[in-house]
Amino acid sequence: MKARVVVTLKPGVLDPQGQAIEGSLGGLGFTGVSAVRQGKIFDLEVDATDAEDARSKVDSMCTRLLANTVIENYSVEISE
Amino acid sequence: MKSAVVVFPGLNRDRDMLAALESIGGIPPVTVWHKETGLPDVDLVVIPGGFSYGDYLRAGAIAARSPIMQAIREKADQGTRVLGVCNGFQILTEAGLLPGVLMRNASLRFVCKTVRLKVENADTAFTRGYSAGQIIDCPVAHHDGNYFADSDTLDRVEGNGQVAFRYAEGTNPNGSLNDIAGVFNEAKNVLGLMPHPENLIEAAHGGSDGRALFAAALDQVA
Repeated sequence: MKARVVVTLKPGVLDPQGQAIEGSLGGLGFTGVSAVRQGKIFDLEVDATDAEDARSKVDSMCTRLLANTVIENYSVEISE
Repeated sequence: MKSAVVVFPGLNRDRDMLAALESIGGIPPVTVWHKETGLPDVDLVVIPGGFSYGDYLRAGAIAARSPIMQAIREKADQGTRVLGVCNGFQILTEAGLLPGVLMRNASLRFVCKTVRLKVENADTAFTRGYSAGQIIDCPVAHHDGNYFADSDTLDRVEGNGQVAFRYAEGTNPNGSLNDIAGVFNEAKNVLGLMPHPENLIEAAHGGSDGRALFAAALDQVA
C-alpha cells in the first residue's frame, strides 16, 4: 500500500524558514501572501494486509521518527 | 573517573572532546561506536558535537534511534552522568532523554562565535565548579540551537531547576526561549548544552571557563 505523510509545524511554533520564503515571495511581486509555513512530505510503500493495518503502521512510524511531536503535527493518507 | 565518548557518523567534535576529557580527567576516554549495543563500565558518557547523518530529517533525529541509545538510556536511568554537547544535545532531546527540541536558529544563519553564559543551577554534578549566577565565556557553533518547548514543559523545566545555562548579556545567538543554552533532565544526571565548553579549557583556546564543567563531571573537584 502507498502512504503519504504530511508533517507540519504546530500552530504557534516559530517558522523562520516560512517567514524567509514569505519575504522572498513578496520580493518576486506576489502581494497579499501571508502565513507561509514550511512542512515535509514523505511518500512510502508499506507491506500491509489492508488500509487500516497500513495506517496503524505508518502512524507508529510518525510518532517514533517521522515527526517530532513536540513541535510538529502529522497526517497520514493511505492509497492502494 | 572513567568516561566514554560515543561516536556517530558525521560528528566532527569528537577529537576535541576526547582531548578535553583526557587533559582534565587524566585518563583517556573509551570511544564507543553508535552501532554497539552496550557501554563499558564508565561514570560519564559524552555525546559530542557535529552533524550526525548530515542533520537529515531533523538535527539528531537519526542518531537518536541508533542501537547505542538504548544502552545510554539504561545508564542514564541508573544515574550515570550523560553529557551532550551541540549535536549531542540535539540527539538527547530527540531521544527523549532531555525535554524540548532544538530548532533552526531564528536568524536562519549558522552562528560561530563566543557567547556569555549565566550559570543558572550550580548545585549539580556538572555545574558545582561554578557559582550560581556566574557569567562565563563559551564558544558556540551551530545552525539548529533554537531551544523550544511547549509552555507546560517550559514551566516544568524552569520550576525544577532544570535550566543549566542561559545566554547572558544579550548574547542569545539563536532565538532560544528564555535564553536557554543548556538543560538537565529531572534527576540532573543528564545535561545537554549547545555551547562547546571543550573548546575553552586552556590558555591556547583564549580562556579556560569550560574546564570547571569537565572537572566536576569527572570528579576532579574537591
